[in-house]
Amino acid sequence: MEDKVVLTMRNITMTFPGVKALDDVDFTLRKGEIHALMGENGAGKSTLIKCLNGVHDFDNGQISIEGIKGDILNHSTLEAQLRGISTVFQEINLCPNLSVAENLFIGREPLTKLKTIDRKTIVTRSQELMQRLDLHVDVQKNLEDFSLAMQQMIAIARAVDMDCKVLVLDEPTSSLDDVEVAKLFDLMRDLRDRGIGIVFVTHFLEQVYAVCDRITVLRNGALVGEYPIDDLPRIKLIAAMMGKDFDDLANIKPEGSINSHGEMLIDAKNLGTSKIKPFDLQIKRGEVVGLTGLLGSGRSELARAIYGADKVTSGSIQAKGNDVKISKPLDSIHLGMGMLPDDRKAEGIIDDLSVRENIILAVQARRGMMHLVPMKEQCEIADKFIELLQIKTPSRETLLKQLSGGNQQKVVIARWLATDPDFLILDEPTRGIDIGTKTEIQKLVIKLAQEGKGIIFISSEIEEMLRTCNRMAVLRDGEKVGELSGDMTQESVMRAIAGGERG
Amino acid sequence: MMNTSLQKPQRRSLIGNNALLLITIALFAIMYTAGCITYASKGFNHLQTFLNILISNSGLICVTCGMTCIMLTGGIDISVGALIAMDCMLLAVGIEKWGLPAPLLIVMILGIGVLFGLAQGFCVGYLEVQPFIVTMAGMFFARGMTAVIDTQQVSITSSSFMSTLANTKINMPFNIGAYMNSKGRLMIPYIRVSVLIALAVVVVIFLVLRYTRFGRRMYAVGGNQQSAALMGLNVRKTRMQAYVLSSFLCSIGAICYCLNTMCGTTTQALGLEMDAISSAVIGGTLLTGGVGNVIGSFFGVLINGTISSLVKNANLISSWSNVVTALLLCFFIVLQSVFARIKQKGNK
Repeated sequence: MEDKVVLTMRNITMTFPGVKALDDVDFTLRKGEIHALMGENGAGKSTLIKCLNGVHDFDNGQISIEGIKGDILNHSTLEAQLRGISTVFQEINLCPNLSVAENLFIGREPLTKLKTIDRKTIVTRSQELMQRLDLHVDVQKNLEDFSLAMQQMIAIARAVDMDCKVLVLDEPTSSLDDVEVAKLFDLMRDLRDRGIGIVFVTHFLEQVYAVCDRITVLRNGALVGEYPIDDLPRIKLIAAMMGKDFDDLANIKPEGSINSHGEMLIDAKNLGTSKIKPFDLQIKRGEVVGLTGLLGSGRSELARAIYGADKVTSGSIQAKGNDVKISKPLDSIHLGMGMLPDDRKAEGIIDDLSVRENIILAVQARRGMMHLVPMKEQCEIADKFIELLQIKTPSRETLLKQLSGGNQQKVVIARWLATDPDFLILDEPTRGIDIGTKTEIQKLVIKLAQEGKGIIFISSEIEEMLRTCNRMAVLRDGEKVGELSGDMTQESVMRAIAGGERG
Repeated sequence: MMNTSLQKPQRRSLIGNNALLLITIALFAIMYTAGCITYASKGFNHLQTFLNILISNSGLICVTCGMTCIMLTGGIDISVGALIAMDCMLLAVGIEKWGLPAPLLIVMILGIGVLFGLAQGFCVGYLEVQPFIVTMAGMFFARGMTAVIDTQQVSITSSSFMSTLANTKINMPFNIGAYMNSKGRLMIPYIRVSVLIALAVVVVIFLVLRYTRFGRRMYAVGGNQQSAALMGLNVRKTRMQAYVLSSFLCSIGAICYCLNTMCGTTTQALGLEMDAISSAVIGGTLLTGGVGNVIGSFFGVLINGTISSLVKNANLISSWSNVVTALLLCFFIVLQSVFARIKQKGNK
């Protein structure tokens, strides 16, 4: 096996300021294989590709490629190309103002005897290339005249036409339709048969099982493992990506009984934004509805659509049986909604304000800036929630940045509870906090639901979802693909996330 | 699989499908024809009027070609006017006070242009400083150096090489456009050496932009710098080269300028950079980079020249030509955004 290896990356470590983006990652690509690089958003797939291409400098590690002795270090995509690594990046990286033919050949144009560009040859060779890939384009038209999907295919054509040993495709299918994807797969298989090693980065599971021979899984910048495709059925792949050892998962029954037959709080019909396809979702009083799916599958986006944080492009929403129009978060605050954003550093907490001021913020916003909440009332509210949520703070006037992450989180939850909302969106409320506080927050969520509030609960931890939710909406690739209720198990949830038939 | 035979490479017009360029050329034609009809009595319809526009703008044509290249990469160069002043002053003082031979000085000036461009291009390309700031520094430097060399106006009188070049008339072949003046003498339209230089620059740069890797790289860099880098093009080098080319062409322009004025002064070519930029924009070059060519810019210069010629013939103060140019610029910028919008809609 080893003699067929075309590309090896060993112990690749790379840090962005403050974050370890890649931690000791190994990757091996063999000749004539299509190798999927999988992981949730932020797992480090693209970073690894960029390290390979010299777009990012890595701190540590070695890369070697067949045919070149010793380690190589690419400083630019040009160097990588010269060493036989061609890459199609996630975003289309071509020049819109040049013709298709020029985009295919720029930087490596055939020259005439006078050392000028041989435009005729470029055009004919481009036409041949396009024909080989069964693409029908006028290669003399500017690139910007074509659809994004076609531009993507042209980008791939460019990479394919360069003599490469390694072809890297970073999410090449996200803008292609089924027919185009099929075309691309034919092409990939053809290249594989010619002995090219292909790295295929995608988040479409079906596509992985359609063309790939081998899978490498990354999680949080670290290597989970490398598997032949037959050894890793879908559900195990999901487990590997999410960091669960499937065999060890025990079924956990939800605690307590939650009454879910109350009044309808939110009824979204065909609601959609630019980031999420239209969906229906109903939330009743006393319900905890979980949103589940891989990171980046559109969980937060769905919540933001309901909350009015993103511009709604289609559909309607009813609150407590009335048609309402929510175009900005303040509208939803007035309707009795609250939202705890997932990125609480950026969107939730305000470091330099005190615990009291942070708690009072949403109450104040709801009443309007002209109606200042009296100081006495502010103190009462703050004290009440510090007591209720057991926020560990020296005093109510302590600055928020001096509190621990878990307590900051509680303050943000308190902010919304102070407005006495009927409906609360909690996006990753337990992320980055210790187990003890986690359980407290989970209990709080159930308690709030029992008091008759409707709650959307988003979390990456399935056990937590199982414990707190009595219904789950499943999301995949920016689309709500189903709902689960009743007897939910870790396995059924994962299967729903993975989608389709068992791999 | 569809079995389509290979299309033959379609013959494209030299200008491509740039509608803006066609509008520029049409506008020039309309303007010029209007001038011919209105001011026929003043001889506007004589070929010589057109040739005079070429003669007096020969320096600007060279500079605008360089400016076009820089704008194609998405940059800007506001040092060109000052560089011309410095070059002319060097040439004048070199001949008159230092007693150096003119050909040597010309070579020197061209060399200075390259060095000047290298310095600016290095700052823009490799140090990634804003082009506006870099070339503004270059402008102050060159304009300052001009005065440091000499604060007086220095006329070139003692170089027979220069005066021969400046005074040579190149008559139109076959007496094209010849006419009898009021005294009954046959006038044969002529151009000067500076026009030949300028036309040669236009042709060479046109070919460079269209048929060389360097030329296409400039388009690619201006189209999308990041993409160009990821396609393996050397963006930094390309941007630097564009500034070298611009300053070099600017020095050639300085020679044309000097042949017209035969002197060096501190205020020479004041504001020329703006004329060059406006000519390029009127000629269809986008300030954002990636779109444009020198044929358009050439016509841009002609339009500017025609405007001032018309203003002169209408006995208006010359500031009117600025007003007209301003209106024209607005018109073209609006036109560009309209075209961009139509294109966007077409893609949806």
